[in-house]
Parts: sequence; structure tokens; C-alpha cells
Amino acid sequence: MTTRYSFGGDEHIFAEVDEEMSLEAFFKSLSMTAAIRDSQIKGVAEICLANASYQVKFDPDQISPDDMLAELKRLETSAEKTDSVLKTRIIEVPVLYNDPWTNETLMRFRERHQDPNSTDLEYAARINGFGSADEFVAAHSGAPWFVSMVGFVAGLPFMYQMVDRSRQIEVPKYLRPRTDTPKLTVGYGGCFSCIYSVRGAGGYQMFGITPMPIYDPKQEVGYLRDFMVFFKPGDIVKFKPIDRSTYDQHIADVEANKFTPLNRDVTFSLDVFHKDIDGYNKKLEEALNGN
Amino acid sequence: MAIKVISPGLATSVQDLGRPGYYNVGIPISGGMDRFALRAANCLVGNDEGAAVLESVFMGPEIEFTGDALVAVTGADLPPKVDGEPRESWTSFNVKAGQRLTFDYLRGGARVYIAISGGIDTPVALGSRSTYALGALGGHQGRNLEAGDELPIGAEAPGGAEGRSVPAKLRRMPGMPAELRVLPGLYWHRITERAGSRFFEETWEVANEADRIGYRFKGGTPLEFVERDQPFGAGSDPSNIVDACYPYGSIQIPGGTEPIVLHRDAVSGGGYFMLGTVISADMDLIGQLQPHTPTRFVSVDMAAALAARRDRRAMLENLREMLQ
Repeated sequence: MTTRYSFGGDEHIFAEVDEEMSLEAFFKSLSMTAAIRDSQIKGVAEICLANASYQVKFDPDQISPDDMLAELKRLETSAEKTDSVLKTRIIEVPVLYNDPWTNETLMRFRERHQDPNSTDLEYAARINGFGSADEFVAAHSGAPWFVSMVGFVAGLPFMYQMVDRSRQIEVPKYLRPRTDTPKLTVGYGGCFSCIYSVRGAGGYQMFGITPMPIYDPKQEVGYLRDFMVFFKPGDIVKFKPIDRSTYDQHIADVEANKFTPLNRDVTFSLDVFHKDIDGYNKKLEEALNGN
Repeated sequence: MAIKVISPGLATSVQDLGRPGYYNVGIPISGGMDRFALRAANCLVGNDEGAAVLESVFMGPEIEFTGDALVAVTGADLPPKVDGEPRESWTSFNVKAGQRLTFDYLRGGARVYIAISGGIDTPVALGSRSTYALGALGGHQGRNLEAGDELPIGAEAPGGAEGRSVPAKLRRMPGMPAELRVLPGLYWHRITERAGSRFFEETWEVANEADRIGYRFKGGTPLEFVERDQPFGAGSDPSNIVDACYPYGSIQIPGGTEPIVLHRDAVSGGGYFMLGTVISADMDLIGQLQPHTPTRFVSVDMAAALAARRDRRAMLENLREMLQ
């Protein structure tokens, strides 16, 4: 992994830690952004972490672009040595897969799709070698996900599944992005799942919808009172398939401000995880369910 | 003192100099798309440069004032009128209680800035009054204005006076064709040399999909990509990358066909490659482009980008001195 640096105009440095996605690339990006924050380099305006890359926005009136680049390269050496251990939390996200709202939307945008004759779910199942949409859903919800970026729009999490590379699902993005996506749609593009935090444009395949608010600019939702955005990079997510009546019950609870997502504090170690992925995930799930 | 929105025009929103600090969770800086015009409008009425103003695109709103006010309109050539009487753009003028501000037809540019002495006094959200409509955050109820809205105005700023004017040489607007200077980079290596040079040789045209999030351009030749096996996680189209951060001003080209330049309400990241970034000095110009405007992208290096930035700052210093 050799980081590739590039200037984004005169106000940004873009750093691609790796061309391809991996948890190693994520952890290196994470430790780099933490090191930049800690070093308090003069002129840094924003530090944005992405899946396998990061970006720094800076004020070139305070520090020259070349000096900023030199500072980042200097920090890279120490960031490489940090342990990939993270104090984080695991969260259960209920999902109504194959729901009526994303179905209605995907039918409206069928001409922008690779396979206009099937649904996004059927298409993703087929190209990933699953026998049915149900099998696909079982794989999608069967192992936890790592939040490796928050962004695109306010509070949208990009998630990377914690399974062997051979079991990772990949799907293309829509041929042309949609102009509409229902709020709280669970989407998929490349190797990433996402939850659309607001209604709007989107290019990911649509598989289902969660009743759980993840962004609330009014901060009326109880668990979003401290900050309007729910997810942070490093969060671990376990999807739980639910049926329509459970979905409706959750929606009623959300409206009465009685819904709180199930979540537990956990420590994640990348080294230990890699020694026994499925065993590690089982322990995470046990922690979530309080066993 | 307040203003009542009789008609909102096409899209009018409350904007200031924006909301830095939250791009890492996908909340963009927002704020005026033409920040120079926004600052000028505030200077004309004695406000702090970063006070909240109204930004309107293509068509002005109709606004009624509940009290006397000092007003200035800058940016696009969209002539203001008070109770039907013409007023000059880039020049402060008085409006009396009960009078209405309206606008004539657009003659040039795209966005006007309406500053009122005292500033628009809507609630501050995450440090700014700017509207981020996609995230329903800031401004007036997190959205563009609608007929019937009433917005509070702060206490009149001392030192404002009628008849102050910004000289013509400081009213910067895009030329014809418009020229946007670009620092190549980011994923430049993904396209062939020929595609790269053609991008700067051809004349593009502003498409209809042009808003505060981004401006789309059309009419150029589709790009050729350097062949490769797509990296794991990117997606199969050669224009796909593992979802990454998008700088403000970055130029992404989904499918290699129509470039999109991200602006103040930018999406913070995504899965399309970018070939470079419009330099900071030219970002204000983008917000003044009308659909169908012929546009050239001009390749520059970092030294030229920094020189242009210095020129812009000197222009701003000049403005401040003149309106002291």
C-alpha cells in the first residue's frame, strides 16, 4: 500500500491510501486522519475520511500546498505503525428487504438499469451467484458490516462487509444515477452497502428500507439529541431482516420517540479478526445480544 | 423588522459564508455560490461581510418590508425595482415600510444577492445561517423560501448609507465563452493523454442540471479511459472508483460523458473518478453561469492557481477600502 497524493485545486490534498478496498486501507486512512487532527497543523480546515482514502481541506494563505503535502508525508510514517484496534460500538439496524417503496422507485427508473427485466435485488442475487433473492438477503444480513465512511449527503454511512474476500458481494452502480431514492433506503454499489439518510439522487442498487432514523437536523429523535448524525466511521452494523408488521411497529415507535437502536460498546482488533473472521463475528453478535 | 415573501421566484434561499467543519459527515459548507458578490452586498449596507443575505437564481423574489431598510443587490444583472421604480444594482438604496422589492428580467449572470442592513436573522445551525436544502438544515426551516414566509431582520448596522456603489471593474462576471481554470489531478491518470488534452481543447456547454450541488456540462467528446482491471470494490464501469472524498470544485465524469463540477452544497464523496479541480479563484464564476453558456476549461498549474487566488484577495481588499 503506497499512498498516492494529489492536489484538489489550491485548497485540498487528496490521499488515496489504496486503489482497492480493504479494512487495512481503511485503518491506515483512519490513523492518518487521527494523526493529522492531533498534530494541529496550521491552516487545516477540514479532514474527511473515506473508505480507502482521505482528504484535507486547507487554507493556502496560511500554509503553502507543498508544505502541507510535506506535513502529511511526514505523518504517514508514524501512522503506519499504529495498532489497528478500535473502541467502537455494534448496532442492530432493522431492515424490511424487498419493500414496496424502493420497489416502486426502482420500477420508475428501470431504463437506467443494467437489467430492466428484474428488480435490483434479483439482479444482485443473480450476478453474485445466489439461487434466490432470499439467499442473497441471508448473506447480506448474515455477517456484520464496518462503517468505513460517512458522507455523500448528511450522515450517510458507507459500509463494508466483514467477511472473506471470496464472500464479498459486488454490484455495479446504476448506469445513470436516479434522481430519486426513498429516505432510509438500504443501497449497494461496488462492495459497499449504504443507508440513504435523506431523499434524493442515488446510483446504488436498492434492496430495502430501515425504519430507523439516522439523520435528524431538528434533533428531536431521542438518540440524535447530542448530534444530528448517527453514524461514525468505525461503527459496526448488523442488519436484521424484519417483516412488514414489525416495520410498522418500529415506525409507530419512532413517531412516539420510543425507538432506540440496539447497540453495545465493543473493542475491535483487526489482527484478531483476521485470525478467525466468522468466530470473531459470532462474538460481536453475542455482545450485541447481551449473551 | 421583517421581510415578507410575496413570491419566492425560482429558488431563493438564505445564505452566508457557510458552515465549515462538517464535510466529514457529509454536510457541505453551503453559503453563497458567488461569495464575492455576497460580501459586496453586505459591505454596501454596512453589514459584516459574512452576514446572511438572500440568494436568488435566474428570477428575483417579490419581498415586502415591514420597516424602513437599507438594501443592496449584487451579482447577476437582474435589475431591482422598489414599488415598480428601477434601482441600480451594486448600489445601496433605501426601502420604506410597506414597499415591495421586485426584479426585472435577467440580463446576465445567474444569481443575485440581496443584502439588508442588519442581516437576515434566522436561527444559526452548526455555526451558520446558510440553507442546506438537501439536508433540511439552516436558513428558513431548512428549505428554499415560499410565498407567505416571514423572515426577521437584525438591528440595522451602523455606518450604512444610501448611494454607495461598487465600481464596474470590481463586478466580476464570467466571460463568453466562460473560462474556468482547472488544476488537473485526482484521478487524471485514469484517462488517456488524448482524452485529457481534448477535455481542455473542446468547448463545453452548461447543461440544465446545474444547481448548488453541482454544475453539469455537455457537448464534449466522451472520455477514453486507460484500460485496467477495476480494483476490488470500485464497480465495473471504468469511471468507477472505490468511493472517495470529493473536493469542492472537483470535476467528476460519470460514465466518461458529462463532467459535473461540485459546488457549495456538494456531495462529500462518491464512486466516480475526478480529473481535476476548478481553482478557488474561479468558484464564484460558476454560480453565475446560465444553462447553455459555452464554457472552456483552462489547464493551470499550482503557481497559477495561487497567483489567481492572490488577485482575488487583492480585489476583495480593494472593495473593502472603497466601501470603508
